[in-house]
Amino acid sequence: MTAPAPVIIVSNLIKQFGRFAALRGVTAEFSGGKIFAILGDNGAGKTTLLRTLAGLSQPSSGEVKIFGAKKFCDVCQQVGYMAHPSLLYDEMSGMENLAYFARLYGITDIEYCAEVIRAVGLDPGLVRPVGQYSQGMRQRMSLARALLNDPKLLLLDEPFSNVDLHSATEMVRLLAGTRDQGKTIFIVTHQASLLEGAADEFVWMEYGKIVERTRDLKRLEAAR
Amino acid sequence: MTPPSGITRVTLLKDLRLEWRSKDAINSMLFFSLLVVVVFSFSFDPSAEESRQIAGGLVWVAFLFAAVVALNQTWAREIRNQVLDAYRVSPAPANALFMAKTLGNFIFVSVLEALMTPLFIVFYRLRALGPSWPLLLVAALGTWALVVNGTFFAAMSLRTRSREIMLPLLLFPISIPALLAMVQATTAILNGEGARFWIVLLATYDLVFTTVCLLLFETILNAE
Repeated sequence: MTAPAPVIIVSNLIKQFGRFAALRGVTAEFSGGKIFAILGDNGAGKTTLLRTLAGLSQPSSGEVKIFGAKKFCDVCQQVGYMAHPSLLYDEMSGMENLAYFARLYGITDIEYCAEVIRAVGLDPGLVRPVGQYSQGMRQRMSLARALLNDPKLLLLDEPFSNVDLHSATEMVRLLAGTRDQGKTIFIVTHQASLLEGAADEFVWMEYGKIVERTRDLKRLEAAR
Repeated sequence: MTPPSGITRVTLLKDLRLEWRSKDAINSMLFFSLLVVVVFSFSFDPSAEESRQIAGGLVWVAFLFAAVVALNQTWAREIRNQVLDAYRVSPAPANALFMAKTLGNFIFVSVLEALMTPLFIVFYRLRALGPSWPLLLVAALGTWALVVNGTFFAAMSLRTRSREIMLPLLLFPISIPALLAMVQATTAILNGEGARFWIVLLATYDLVFTTVCLLLFETILNAE
């Protein structure tokens, strides 16, 4: 049996901000249908790696291939991105936000947007603006926005920050279900324990490099 | 896939909805230009003939300064919660966003002009010596000249530290030919003279700068 083709290939990726190198030659391949938890201390380059994968940050040198394409715009329809900030308009309701972003992907079905909101455990009928949501609700709505285009690759930056344990567990369950449908998920997080049992691989970053990849979180935590 | 015109339309409607709810841009523009009208009317006491000579300059300088207030707000909503990143990772074309923002600003500044022009007429006892309908054409072309460059340069100064200062520094010098044409055309029409040359100049300016802005906007949007 042949190994599944990698969804993402990163070759000698370097990203510099002035004289500071946030990524120092990252080289890795990630196969499809898995959850990858990207871990590391603050400043390790996790978010920069994720933003580079999402086409929001251009590499100083090196190459990123997603689904075989070198240009992000060729595959953007298949990628969902959730950042640490909500990427939502505070003055609009969740449903208004999703209806707008859906149109950017050519989705006009309002009922579909409502389904996505229900999938993350929120009420699509909620009329109050997102700015008045609790942090946990905002995170879930932000996840709904990332899931909107039914992406094959999900890039999530700190999806569980400021989310209560119950909601975070629910989000992990939802993400595991998404993975089981064959989607690939990258999760940058400081709450690795939430992903124990759900993540297929834990990737440890240090000083802008991937230094370890393992399935065993306990061993990784003991070593670090 | 939604066509670019469809994305422009939904983005414009979204911006109008957000402005309707917050009234950030329109309120600040209105108060600012109201102050200009009142302060100028106390500073000068021109005769009807003098008014016709200076009104073009006064009106357009007031609208230019007021427009800067609105233009600074244009992208503020998009960088709050980094919503612009959600647009950048989507397949929606950059130019559709630019056109939506420009049209939105055109509407806001036109509303301001419609509300402020009667006040100018009253405070400065303005009466055109010839037909005044060409002023509508000058207003439309002049407003477009201000907002198309303003929207572009506001996006350009988005990531700079003092963007409120940067916008007028970039916008005013490049607007001088348009401002000159607007003032001369307005003065000529108020004095019952022909303004054909200035109107053609303004239309050419609009055409050139709209094309250049559309060509360069994607680079500006994706700049880091």
